[in-house]
Amino acid sequence: MAQLTRRTTDLLKPFSAALSSTRLLTTTSTNPITVETSLPFTGHRIDPPSRTVETTPQELMSFFRDMALMRRMEIAADSLYKAKLIRGFCHLYDGQEAVAVGMEAAITKKDCIITAYRDHCIFIGRGGTLLQCFSELMGRKDGCSKGKGGSMHFYKKENGFYGGHGIVGAQVPLGCGLAFAQKYSKDENVTFAMYGDGAANQGQLFEALNMAALWDLPAILVCENNHYGMGTAEWRAAKSPSYYKRGDYVPGLKVDGMDAFAVKQACKFAKEHALKNGPIILEMDTYRYHGHSMSDPGSTYRTRDEISGVRQERDPVERIRKLVLSHDLATEKELKDIEKEVRKKVDEAIAQAKESPMPDPSELFTNVYVKGYGVEAFGADRKELKAVLP
Amino acid sequence: MAAAVTQGIGATAALSSANSNKFQFTTRRSLSERKGSSFVIRSDGNPRVDLNQHSNRTRQLVTNAVSTKPDSASASTVSKPGHELLLFEALREGLEEEMDRDPHVCVIGEDVGHYGGSYKVTKGLADKYGDLRVLDTPIAENSFTGMAIGAAMTGLRPVVEGMNMGFLLLAFNQISNNCGMLHYTSGGQFKIPVVIRGPGGVGRQLGAEHSQRLESYFQSIPGIQMVACSTAYNAKGLMKAAIRSENPVILFEHVLLYNLKERIPDEEYVLNLEEAEMVRPGEHVTILTYSRMRYHVMQAAKTLVNKGYDPEVIDIRSLKPFDLYTIGNSVKKTHRVIIVEECMRTGGIGASLTASINENFHDYLDAPIVCLSSQDVPTPYAASLEEWTVVQPAQIVAAVEQLCQ
Repeated sequence: MAQLTRRTTDLLKPFSAALSSTRLLTTTSTNPITVETSLPFTGHRIDPPSRTVETTPQELMSFFRDMALMRRMEIAADSLYKAKLIRGFCHLYDGQEAVAVGMEAAITKKDCIITAYRDHCIFIGRGGTLLQCFSELMGRKDGCSKGKGGSMHFYKKENGFYGGHGIVGAQVPLGCGLAFAQKYSKDENVTFAMYGDGAANQGQLFEALNMAALWDLPAILVCENNHYGMGTAEWRAAKSPSYYKRGDYVPGLKVDGMDAFAVKQACKFAKEHALKNGPIILEMDTYRYHGHSMSDPGSTYRTRDEISGVRQERDPVERIRKLVLSHDLATEKELKDIEKEVRKKVDEAIAQAKESPMPDPSELFTNVYVKGYGVEAFGADRKELKAVLP
Repeated sequence: MAAAVTQGIGATAALSSANSNKFQFTTRRSLSERKGSSFVIRSDGNPRVDLNQHSNRTRQLVTNAVSTKPDSASASTVSKPGHELLLFEALREGLEEEMDRDPHVCVIGEDVGHYGGSYKVTKGLADKYGDLRVLDTPIAENSFTGMAIGAAMTGLRPVVEGMNMGFLLLAFNQISNNCGMLHYTSGGQFKIPVVIRGPGGVGRQLGAEHSQRLESYFQSIPGIQMVACSTAYNAKGLMKAAIRSENPVILFEHVLLYNLKERIPDEEYVLNLEEAEMVRPGEHVTILTYSRMRYHVMQAAKTLVNKGYDPEVIDIRSLKPFDLYTIGNSVKKTHRVIIVEECMRTGGIGASLTASINENFHDYLDAPIVCLSSQDVPTPYAASLEEWTVVQPAQIVAAVEQLCQ
């Protein structure tokens, strides 16, 4: 089919147009395609789901587009940081995109996601725009947190994205609190509380897990195991690096985090489980190409061979690309075009973000307190105190 | 103005205690939509529904507020209006009224449910509201405080109880980083309407770790408010105000004050979180205090009055932010300030208050501010030693005499 179109483009333009339009129809069609995950799931105290995942061409293409966008965005953030437009800490997510994209495909915007500081791509997955992302990174007014949060504090309340937290592990009790609120209001939604292999050794995680299991909260704890806690490899930090088993009485599932379909299947399975039976732990076996943050070269505690080896064999974007090509959903050139288009979008967003102004100096004092009943804080020459009984 | 005030008080009187258990579940309405009475409280002492027996000034509106009550069956049996209860019961009453009023309010803490609360503040609430709304947690302060904050991000209004304030040190990360800062770092997207409360202060030989005063540690956290209650009346009012506030509030109670008996009004009242309370107006010296030290100060005041001094005693109540208006007016009148607190000397509330007053009212001071605080030692077990770590009335009298020379 591909060879036919190539020959016809040389000869008859209308012909090829007709043919490519029929292929476009297949890309946007919802004919199911069956895909096998790269590895089987391993379960702890639970029967793992099957390896076969149903998907559609539309979903495959959207996976590719989204992951290419995320990859491009993180690389652009890298250059912006080196150009000193982004300061402070910048933790990049490239290599781990499959987790963000696969998770989104399995859930709705009413489910909540909370994560740590490696949050740029999850923010995009939850519906954040590139402009909001880059503006926040550069500390401008149009950022998602008005420029006052920075790289580690992206939030999008209306789409169920609860951030964006700097202190390692502190987001897991918050995530269990979100699940508690969901149980309290009886809406059939779940919370995904994400953390890393480094945070898996925090005590508050086990405290929160105990409470979530005690009260059957719809909390799904997702350990994004990229095998390094900043510079410390997992075997140097954890006596038991099987993070999915660490929940002991809580069931767990080990997932290949570089395969978006495995992630999607696991998250769907976990959501069903959590709504019925309470918490479950998902361990996503993934990898980050950059160092822990932009101040970390990433090569002092691991070899360049290891990084390039993973990039060659397990790269999530490449896997989707191979799937797309093998199912004839697009040609190499079309995929390259998508990547070019994505690159253009990212560059435009950066240009627009650069135009965005810095926050007004008065913004220093806004949003410290919520104005409302009993919160008028007056200085020494306040004349009158007004209290309104609600 | 007077009309507005009486109208306000009349409206509050309508919510008599007979209806207190049958409050409708109100949905959260925005501030602009809220119907309700509003009344102006002037800090210079005028119209306030304050039946505080310590104040000498009679206020005409106080008697109005009381006599407009429809069921004055109290006239036949009891000579005074209102009902008498202990401080912990007042806290419970405030909590219960708020839980009735808003289904989003819930309580989270250790032994708050079936056990009834280690100081009985939540007694009976679990039977009434169920196990989910009055949640017994395992001993995991860090994570259940984190959970409360996470729940607050979605719109619930949890009241977190620390069995003893000292245990909340374990939750310091959650209180400081998440509770205080999330409203700011999210650019205003999240509100954290939690109330964190618990008993603190030096008790009766409880030992060093259970006698801590955490006001000093929490006071620099941006984004939170701190209040300290001292009487049954202000305990109930501050509890209600803290729950209704959209900001995180830390309510400091004191272990030794739970059994204080007082007569409080039957009608619903909510106090202002940032306002200080004028306990005893005077002319010679301003004594600023809060929580248990208020009683030591009042005891010293009796002695001082007998000796011919006229101290003005103000219970600052609001530890963050300070009510500089009330304090300032007092300083402008008396020109001498003594701060009596139970906090540690180094970096305590008194230290911040001293700096604040010096900065704002330096011209009005005739003498340097005297700050009497607890000694910078871990609280010993022995009774005689424990007595001398906190400020005693005799020391207050001596300090006033020296200042007013």
